[in-house]
Amino acid sequence: MHELSIVMNIVDIAEEEAKRHRARAVSSIELDIGEMAGVEMDALDFAWESSVRNTVLEHAERIVHRIPGRARCLNCSLEYPIQEAFDPCPACGEVLVEHVQGKELKVKSLVLSDD
Amino acid sequence: MRAGAPAFQQVQASNMIHPATRNRQREIELERDILGKNNSMARHNHHHFAARHILAINLVSSPGSGKTSLLERTLTDLKASHQFYVIEGDQQTMNDANRIAATGVTAIQINTGKGCHLDADMIHRALHELDPASHSILFIENVGNLVCPAMFDLGEEARVAIISVTEGDDKPLKYPDMFASSQLCIINKVDLLPYVNFSVEAAKANALRVNPRLEFIEVSATKGDGMSAWYNWLSSRESALNESPRELLQEPIE
Repeated sequence: MHELSIVMNIVDIAEEEAKRHRARAVSSIELDIGEMAGVEMDALDFAWESSVRNTVLEHAERIVHRIPGRARCLNCSLEYPIQEAFDPCPACGEVLVEHVQGKELKVKSLVLSDD
Repeated sequence: MRAGAPAFQQVQASNMIHPATRNRQREIELERDILGKNNSMARHNHHHFAARHILAINLVSSPGSGKTSLLERTLTDLKASHQFYVIEGDQQTMNDANRIAATGVTAIQINTGKGCHLDADMIHRALHELDPASHSILFIENVGNLVCPAMFDLGEEARVAIISVTEGDDKPLKYPDMFASSQLCIINKVDLLPYVNFSVEAAKANALRVNPRLEFIEVSATKGDGMSAWYNWLSSRESALNESPRELLQEPIE
């Protein structure tokens, strides 16, 4: 359940930004969570419910962008979609690949409000 | 289209109804890494280790794969020639730290409570208490869990994943993140191979699919088989650390 740590880090970021901008609450928060980032969305939902209570995120709308995995073959440079971290290159079978997206774990933006 | 935009628009409309400061909303672009705080603390730990030539090894595995037994044997065999420190991570109890302390090596126990992994800040705080000497080896025994610790860099020099032959040989495929982020995979309890349905070759092939650069050592921590290969691996990491470039060592330490 590292999703709990992830949500607690999101709460910290939101609290810090709200304080910095002297806002009372966050009305919406936008997250980038890659499909290869190792986050179970059910576990994240569960952790969210219990972690945002009495924080600036308590009533925030949560918008999650899931970023699909993509890799670049280190042999033939083909860029292709991946479902698993170890999907080999479909063109040449090479297993040495570089992940180009899908590992994102970011707070993209916040909308702060004064009530 | 930005998903956050409609809420913003709506609030502007209500702002016109309440022209004072009510419902004033501001959108802040952040693009901030959720694990950024952990990662910067991990970098801080890493600089601390590099400046003092401390070889920090993060040991990760499922519960019961024999991490503590491997450590007990290693410390007992090598403590005459090396200085060791151990950070033990478990949800509860002092049991593992007590087992390590019985070998005569200084150990510190971190109980994570409900937490399923160690993080860089816990290690940072433990370092202040433990204060490991220069040119020592620090073992960090993570919470037994093949999922969560994968995401949390502690600032270690190397990550070692341990699987035992009483587990499934498809474990690297089931938990790819851990094997992808490790440099060495120790296959433990090989003395039990005659009694279990575990193929060392299949386990290695599965792990190499996830991480083509992964190295392997087969051991029995209780019987002692293969331990010299593990000790040689530790020595080679120690030598590599002592040859690390000067500029890394000049990083300011807070």
